[in-house]
Amino acid sequence: MKIVVCIKQVPDTKGGVKFNPDGTLDRAAMMTIMNPDDKAGLEAALRLKDQYGAEVTVITMGLPKAEDVLREAMAMGADKGILVTDRVLGGADTWATSQTLAGAIRNLDYDLIITGRQAIDGDTAQVGPQISEHLGIPVISYAQKIEIDGDSVIVERQYDDRYHVLKAKMPCLITALAELNEPRYMTPGGIFDACDAEITVWGRANLVDVEDSNLGLKGSPTQIAKASDKVRKGAGEKVNLDVTESVDYIVGKLKDRHVI
Amino acid sequence: MDFTLSKKHEMARTLFKEFAEKEVKPLAIEVDETEEFPRATVEKMAKAGFMGIPIPKEYGGQGCDVLTYVMCVEELAKVCGTTAVIVSAHTSLCCDPILTYGTEEQKQKYLPDLASGRKIGAFGLTEPGAGTDAQGQQTKAVLDGDEWVLNGSKIFITNGKEADVYVIFAITGMVEKRGKMAKEISAFIVEKGTPGFSFGTKEKKMGIRGSSTYELIFTDCRIPKENMLGQQGKGFGIAMHTLDGGRIGIAAQALGIGEGALERTIAYVKERKQFGRAIGAFQNTQFQIADMATKAQAAQFLVYKAALTKDQYTKDHKTSYNVEAAMAKLYAAEMAMEVTTKAVQLHGGYGYTREYEVERMMRDAKITEIYEGTSEVQRMVISGSLLK
Repeated sequence: MKIVVCIKQVPDTKGGVKFNPDGTLDRAAMMTIMNPDDKAGLEAALRLKDQYGAEVTVITMGLPKAEDVLREAMAMGADKGILVTDRVLGGADTWATSQTLAGAIRNLDYDLIITGRQAIDGDTAQVGPQISEHLGIPVISYAQKIEIDGDSVIVERQYDDRYHVLKAKMPCLITALAELNEPRYMTPGGIFDACDAEITVWGRANLVDVEDSNLGLKGSPTQIAKASDKVRKGAGEKVNLDVTESVDYIVGKLKDRHVI
Repeated sequence: MDFTLSKKHEMARTLFKEFAEKEVKPLAIEVDETEEFPRATVEKMAKAGFMGIPIPKEYGGQGCDVLTYVMCVEELAKVCGTTAVIVSAHTSLCCDPILTYGTEEQKQKYLPDLASGRKIGAFGLTEPGAGTDAQGQQTKAVLDGDEWVLNGSKIFITNGKEADVYVIFAITGMVEKRGKMAKEISAFIVEKGTPGFSFGTKEKKMGIRGSSTYELIFTDCRIPKENMLGQQGKGFGIAMHTLDGGRIGIAAQALGIGEGALERTIAYVKERKQFGRAIGAFQNTQFQIADMATKAQAAQFLVYKAALTKDQYTKDHKTSYNVEAAMAKLYAAEMAMEVTTKAVQLHGGYGYTREYEVERMMRDAKITEIYEGTSEVQRMVISGSLLK
């Protein structure tokens, strides 16, 4: 079985957020981690590899430094890493990103594609399903459990108050939730091997069946009007009152603001 | 000369740090309070490959270098001295001598289980009458047919009751040395469960309280002849050489304890207010922190240098690392003691309570000046090499 896992290097929320003048994220200037949903997707792929035997290829689109996230995935147990990087791909929204990844994946043999549900930077949850659409394969999103049954997958799709059990013929695409599993740690030996491993680097020229008009900032229908970091809240108001006075004070404030 | 870590080592540190923060730190107070061996953590470390970092892949290890192993012990020690010494004693004192002195059969038999963490290792040299004077051994091994029969006891054994494989030293005869009769010491691999091998009392310790420190008792304990490690009569050299490596592990543990106490102190002095100011704003605090950080950094250089020298030895057995290991352990242990003591002082009354972890760190630090060669022994090794 061949599994492709799409992963994304995202800003570490512990570090500060920085923006380019055009409103897109300045990824080069931020601390980064592997997107949590993607990490769960990778773990799901590695468990399928442990259970059934599989070749796991991780792929990411990003700046050259996104290579780090591929090496991390390989140190966890992925077999191959592909970095899709090119200046013309910069500033991509979900549409242009999914076009790029689909164009890259067309070069590969696969039975299963796993993506995270959504990335913690954009929070759109669109890229996975869009890739499946471009490739013309079924998608099962929000997977909380994945099993292989012959040439099909059986997936529990999470809903608010229930889950659906769906079966799809492979090849297909699954989007994973961070709750799907507890991702394994890298191993020290895995790190050493991953650092010595060759990472395949692809650019625009390697993308198959993709129009230039669908790539990069120019190919992105989303236009960012304004972006800002979380606005810091003021220090608030401090008062020293006894219990009864405190209750009256708070109730008074809530009434003033027509909350109650 | 370059002080920057390679990409591999940077990634390895990220891994160890994340593991230590998530899996080890939350249990550190409990491990100390209950004095229970953190078995579940050891299983997690085994899964992540931490129990066989410098062991070659052909024997089921991670195939990494000594520096990577040292960074693992360091990061673990920053949050829990007990967990750090479990890895150190297992790797340096059991896996390493089997790798260095074992026959191919012994390596194939023992290392894959040890390096994967399915089994835990320990080392038994110290006896009630033989601490720094390791020649004072009383435990005897007598060959009877195809078996060695062990009688005697070992004390203060780290991983004592929790281990599965033990490297044990015993007298196998008397030999003439410079006109005098001297004890001939040999090394053996002993497995848990061997009839005649039992456990004595558990030590109640000041620090590293979860590390399972036991007495090992051998009463007509028969082990197969092929379990002798190295040549007959070479045991003393094996013990000393093994301890040279072990000292680098303990130096890393001491380094981590000191660094951990420093990190907590920096956070505390920024927060704690007295006389309307954070205590970090007082020059006394600033100078103490500066001294602590400088010594911790110096210790790190010595420890990493010792690790790199041992790596050189792995490639070329002509290189020796005993002096580097002694300097690293001497300095790192004394730094750990000093830094943790200052950390408690800077925490004031809170630092004396068990709620604030610097109290535990100060207790944990003390043993690093004692085990695997006291600071005095390290000074003997260092000066001995200079005054030959």
